[in-house]
Amino acid sequence: MEVLEIARWQFGITTVYHFLFSPLTMGLAVLVAILHTFYYRTNSEHYKRLTKYFGKLFVIIFALGVVTGIVLEFQFGMAWSEYSRFVGDIFGIPLAIEALLAFFLESTFIAVWIFGWGRLPKKIHLASIWLVALGSNLSALWILIANAWMQYPVGYVLNEGRAELADFVAIMLNKQMLVMAQHTIIAAFVTGGLFMLGISAWQILRNNQVEIFGKSARISLIFTAVSSLLVATTGHSQAQHTVQYQPMKMAAMEGLWETEQPASFSMFAIIDQENQVSRREFRLPYMLSILAYNNTTSEVRGMLDLQQEYEETFGPGNYIPPVAIVYWSFRVMVGLGILFILYAFLGLGLWLKDSLEKSRWYLKIGLVMMFMPLLANSLGWIVTEIGRQPWVVYGLMFTRDGVSPNVSGESMLLTTIVFTLVYGALAAVAVYLIHRFAKPGTPEDSDKFLHAY
Amino acid sequence: MEYQIIWFVLIAILFIGYFILEGFDFGVGILLPFISKDDTDRRVVINTIGPFWDANEVWLITAGGAMFAAFPHWYATLFSGFYLPLFVMLLGLILRAVGFEFRSKKSEKWWRRTFDNFIFWGSLIPALLWGVAFTNIVQGLPIGADMNFTGNLLHMLNPYALLGGIVVVLLFVLHGALFLSLRTTDALKERAESLAKKLWIPIAAITAVFAVLGYNNTVLFEGLGLVPGTIPTLAILSFVACFVFIRMKMQGYAFAAMAATILLGTAVIFYGLFPNVMPSSLSPEYSLTIYNASSSQMTLRIMSIVALLFVPVVLAYQGWSYYVFSKRVTRDAIPREDV
Repeated sequence: MEVLEIARWQFGITTVYHFLFSPLTMGLAVLVAILHTFYYRTNSEHYKRLTKYFGKLFVIIFALGVVTGIVLEFQFGMAWSEYSRFVGDIFGIPLAIEALLAFFLESTFIAVWIFGWGRLPKKIHLASIWLVALGSNLSALWILIANAWMQYPVGYVLNEGRAELADFVAIMLNKQMLVMAQHTIIAAFVTGGLFMLGISAWQILRNNQVEIFGKSARISLIFTAVSSLLVATTGHSQAQHTVQYQPMKMAAMEGLWETEQPASFSMFAIIDQENQVSRREFRLPYMLSILAYNNTTSEVRGMLDLQQEYEETFGPGNYIPPVAIVYWSFRVMVGLGILFILYAFLGLGLWLKDSLEKSRWYLKIGLVMMFMPLLANSLGWIVTEIGRQPWVVYGLMFTRDGVSPNVSGESMLLTTIVFTLVYGALAAVAVYLIHRFAKPGTPEDSDKFLHAY
Repeated sequence: MEYQIIWFVLIAILFIGYFILEGFDFGVGILLPFISKDDTDRRVVINTIGPFWDANEVWLITAGGAMFAAFPHWYATLFSGFYLPLFVMLLGLILRAVGFEFRSKKSEKWWRRTFDNFIFWGSLIPALLWGVAFTNIVQGLPIGADMNFTGNLLHMLNPYALLGGIVVVLLFVLHGALFLSLRTTDALKERAESLAKKLWIPIAAITAVFAVLGYNNTVLFEGLGLVPGTIPTLAILSFVACFVFIRMKMQGYAFAAMAATILLGTAVIFYGLFPNVMPSSLSPEYSLTIYNASSSQMTLRIMSIVALLFVPVVLAYQGWSYYVFSKRVTRDAIPREDV
């Protein structure tokens, strides 16, 4: 393997790994803040216990998000120095602001919250967890402003071989960012919601503190139901944006080689990238036109057409991303998204019939369902990032041109292997600890249950 | 004033903030195995920095982000050139963070010992590597015409740079001991105080050797005669003041003087570099300066506005968090095994 390939694997592994924890942190932060608010308003011991319980799990996950986040920031310069030189003028701004506005906020107030039990006025203590929730979601917003610029560069001029800032507001309000940020942040809420629901379901199944966990189950149900619907609508907006601004990515997501009008939606296909065809396809007529343009007549362009157009614009080369992985990642993600909606609304129905706790089959599904958003998030990220290939900045810079020229293959390989092993070990320890702390249920004596080290 | 100068100063300030703040929590992490007599002591020691270490680390992340935005070439050359040392540093920071978060979550001895090791090595190695990295920068690095570092790892681990690493570790250890003397009580406090007292002279001696050798080994004092200049003189004075305060048992002042020493020492480095950011040992033409490494004026201007608006807010609430948790950590405050 070449340095480039290894560097891509390293970045992919680090990003996907980080993205297992970050959305969970973002969603859980909001949910813990909601639980804390319930406690603040009702002064009920049950909510206090729930807040401390889910707070403890949250802190374990938060730690893993933090440590992998530092790696990400360093990695641009370490492994992708040519990319950093090219984009720094623009890409660096949201990164710096993210640290200044979001990371300081989360890291300071998570400590204030953890160590503040019993030491701070209640209102300030409550505010601190909301600031953590705000900080972690703000950080997502800023990193997505940076990423959106890689997907759809705006507000720049090319000067002496690098992209320079021309319009800051355009970058901040990049349409790509607006659709992507909504979808990602709300997906994080679903992730947190199903996690809390899954843990609550587990405890109810174990017959442990059923009354208390019935409450957290209901809160997370409402939260998940609303969020899962919004994930679908915002995902739809993002797809509609993609078809216009990154048509090649959309065509790859759909396995669409030839331009179609009206366009049909592929339900199943075996992608043959080499021969540039899809086999054994099952297609729903008109559906893709509806999904992409909300009508039954519009044209959706295929990869072969776009390849030709890109060759005319950018010169000879292969502009088609790896299709199969994008096609299937997209399908599984959408399938999971639909499943989340069905599952959440089914739960609301059972609640209305007053049989949530009694429906053991439903709770058992929750044990599996709580891990599914992690998969869906990763797949969504893979669609976005691999679907953009061969570009690192769409239309401006190829991924192959971004890698550091002075890092040897051996260094790159060694570090990738060690990072992967360390990540694997950390994930194992974290899962073990989450299980260990989740198992006993909420603390009987909530005042003695501290978060300190 | 030019925006490049403003941002050079701001990045210097971010590194100064990082070294002062993370400096003491690195020091505390390094001292952890030596200053504690039992597990409760170790938990006290960790809890002295418990509410702070994570936010302290954000100073580094912000410095990195600011460097990326304001001087992309500096960021790219530094981070790709120091690929392996930074990788090791990242591993250290990862292990340290999980060490803090996970160690007290189980009471088994092997578990705690493992994560104590993570905290110790995860504090020692990054501190050492910061010293090595900055010494390399002020020594001048083989940077070519394309702004890329062309040397190898062995080049970075030269004896003088390693001495720089050791000096930084020792200064942080002293800083950490002084911090502990402010945040603990009774026996722990006494041990921290006496450690600071014992350590000052040897640390001062090694630091002095390093500084004197700097005349020949670094670009910092070029054009200077025997008189070291204002900032280095102030750095020496504050370090001596630290000693006096330690002797007089005025721990708060000693800690402040130590912080001032780190501030001034880092300032010597940045002041000596200016207007270079990464001097090339191959040819002065290849050096990265605040001008050839910087972003566009528009980027620097927008970043300046952002910094002006938000840095005071960050300083205010971070300062407030130190105020909230200013009470000393006692052995009684450590809960009986709550796991």
